Amino acid sequence: MNELATHGEIKSLKDLFYFIRKELKPKGKIFTPFNVISFPIILLGAFLVILRLAKGLGSVTNLSQEFPWGIWIGFDVMVGVAFAGGAYILTFVVYILRSERYHPVVRATVLNGFLAYVFYAGAIFLDLGRWWNIVNPIIGNKFGVNSVLFLVSWHFLLYMISLFIEFSPTVAEWLGLKRIRKILASLTIGAVIFGIALSTLHQSGLGALFLMAKDKIHPLWYTEFIPVLFFVSSIFAGLSMVIFEGTISHKVFSHQIDPEHQASFDRILIGLGKGCAGALFVYFFMKVLILIHGKQWPLLATPMGTWYLIEVIGLVLLPCVLFLHGVRYQNLTVIKMAAILSMIGIIINRLNYSIIAFKWYVPLSERYLPSWMEIVITLSIIFTEIWVFRWVVNRMPVLKESPEWVLEEKTVEKGIALRKEAPQWKVSAM
Amino acid sequence: MGIDRRGFLKLFGVGIGGALSGSLFLPNPSRGEVIIPKTEFLGILVDTTRCIGCRSCEAACAEAHHLPVPDIDDLSVFEKERKTTVHQWTVVNRYETEKGEVFVKRQCMHCNQPGCVAACLVKAMEKRKEGPVTWETNCMGCRYCMPSCPFEIPKFEFHSANPKIQKCNMCWERLKKGEKPACVENCPEEALLFGPRRELLEEARRRIYQKPGNYISHIYGEHEVGGTGILYLSKVPFEQIGFRTDLGTTPYPEYTKGFLYAVPLVLLLWPSFLIGVNALTKHEGERKGGRMR
Repeated sequence: MNELATHGEIKSLKDLFYFIRKELKPKGKIFTPFNVISFPIILLGAFLVILRLAKGLGSVTNLSQEFPWGIWIGFDVMVGVAFAGGAYILTFVVYILRSERYHPVVRATVLNGFLAYVFYAGAIFLDLGRWWNIVNPIIGNKFGVNSVLFLVSWHFLLYMISLFIEFSPTVAEWLGLKRIRKILASLTIGAVIFGIALSTLHQSGLGALFLMAKDKIHPLWYTEFIPVLFFVSSIFAGLSMVIFEGTISHKVFSHQIDPEHQASFDRILIGLGKGCAGALFVYFFMKVLILIHGKQWPLLATPMGTWYLIEVIGLVLLPCVLFLHGVRYQNLTVIKMAAILSMIGIIINRLNYSIIAFKWYVPLSERYLPSWMEIVITLSIIFTEIWVFRWVVNRMPVLKESPEWVLEEKTVEKGIALRKEAPQWKVSAM
Repeated sequence: MGIDRRGFLKLFGVGIGGALSGSLFLPNPSRGEVIIPKTEFLGILVDTTRCIGCRSCEAACAEAHHLPVPDIDDLSVFEKERKTTVHQWTVVNRYETEKGEVFVKRQCMHCNQPGCVAACLVKAMEKRKEGPVTWETNCMGCRYCMPSCPFEIPKFEFHSANPKIQKCNMCWERLKKGEKPACVENCPEEALLFGPRRELLEEARRRIYQKPGNYISHIYGEHEVGGTGILYLSKVPFEQIGFRTDLGTTPYPEYTKGFLYAVPLVLLLWPSFLIGVNALTKHEGERKGGRMR
């Protein structure tokens, strides 16, 4: 379908413009149920964004002096970034541990991670009261180096760049830029290592934001180990998202995926489920240790204690057991269910820190509940992200095979090496 | 107080620039380590036993900062406990206690090591050498200062397209001119006393010792959250007059310090470890730089 990409390099700028203009046109049916639902919501969301920028946050949100952070922070940013954690874990597994088995899902995951950061971390932009000052911590007006948020903002920026570099060879393949692809591909390992370090810090940094809300967060949730908990939970959050998103992508884009990869996907899911079970168990264990260490037993008998137990037992321990069961009996349905459960657990957990267990002592009538406009804007952000994801997947070799010339180049590059190692990764793949 | 504030502030002006540029990349210096400080934070001692609830301070504050001036003859405001708002940097509340009616003026506490300042990623919130915690317009409006403040003081203008954080700044602009804060100057009962924090503490202790029946033996703000610029005296336990007594004595920035100290370590050690693992897993015959797609 993209002759230029298959036939060779783009020679001039004019070729490039022509090619991109051609690619910008929609592919496939326009009136799908998803489009019919999402398009009006995105339009409405865009209108509300304009209203928010013109009239201030109070015109569309239910935020108050008591609850300065709503779902745009608690859900869009906190949950969105946790779900995007799949990118740093899979790049670790594939590029650092060199586990070839997961290679087929790396590109989609990195793309998903990149878009998640652009859109969900981008939601910060809407949430900033004085958004025109967003560049201040970057340009040094001034550097608030004592702030956790300073670290998080820089890491968001740098990690977005890392993810883009990791994804860039795919873009080069799409544009048919042979030489540039080679250069970009050589940057991948550096971007991966840098990206993992950044992710470790800002995933935990998001938790560290709440360390100074000590007097406002329910003691069952507040612990000095919040950063560690956020980091560990981002592992199973990210992997569960890969399972969830991968399952949907493999259905929706099934025509793009060759049968061999389609078959290997089931084994990938089981592997990911194993990883999730491990991370969930570590997380559960830490939760228990912190509970015992904090001597907060009597609080478990309160209504907030019940809510805590629902989160820890129902949405951490239960998915952990389900993952183990699914892996043991090779049951993909159970694994997918467990993934959804643990994702709900992450949503509840992040909302607890930012909204629900935050100022739990404030009576219900004065509590924050998102307005319908906040929800519409959140939905339109999610839908726009899916639109862009679909646009990219339909054009670039994300799920489908790279163009011929890339494969040829690879075979030439390491012809002998490949034959030598072949038996080795057969063993590791078992 | 027997201090020439004008000269004292001038001296600071010179020092601030140099001190700020030097401390730009250093963590908050722990002020507790200095035994005899050369410069001292200014503060206000609020003696709630003297306050009659006239709300002159509210009116003076509003006038000084061009905020809507409240009607101070309206007694109905005392029916409910009020918090400071975007239009009211200070409010006086009335409490029924075991020892009768008590009026309490509330405003920013001007902590020695403020959570809001440690939270701010652009240093829009700043603890001045002279003591006040002030806000500047390079703020991004992220509102991280709000959950980080133990006293919930920063207030955000949610209904503005150009929103500001509104809070007491101890009349920073008046201080620079060598004047006292407006509320202190307009208090008819001398319930408010302005001066260096150390002298205020001495004065507070003197009052407690001289009239032990009049006061409980606790100066709120002496140790709370590492010490605050505004100090309170009371004749009843502070829980009864709307204060949180469960905030602890740890300065709020300390809570994030451990995490921030771990950052350079992780950034240094993690990549080296990853490069090591990457080298270990390298297959034989592979070229330098790893096998990429």
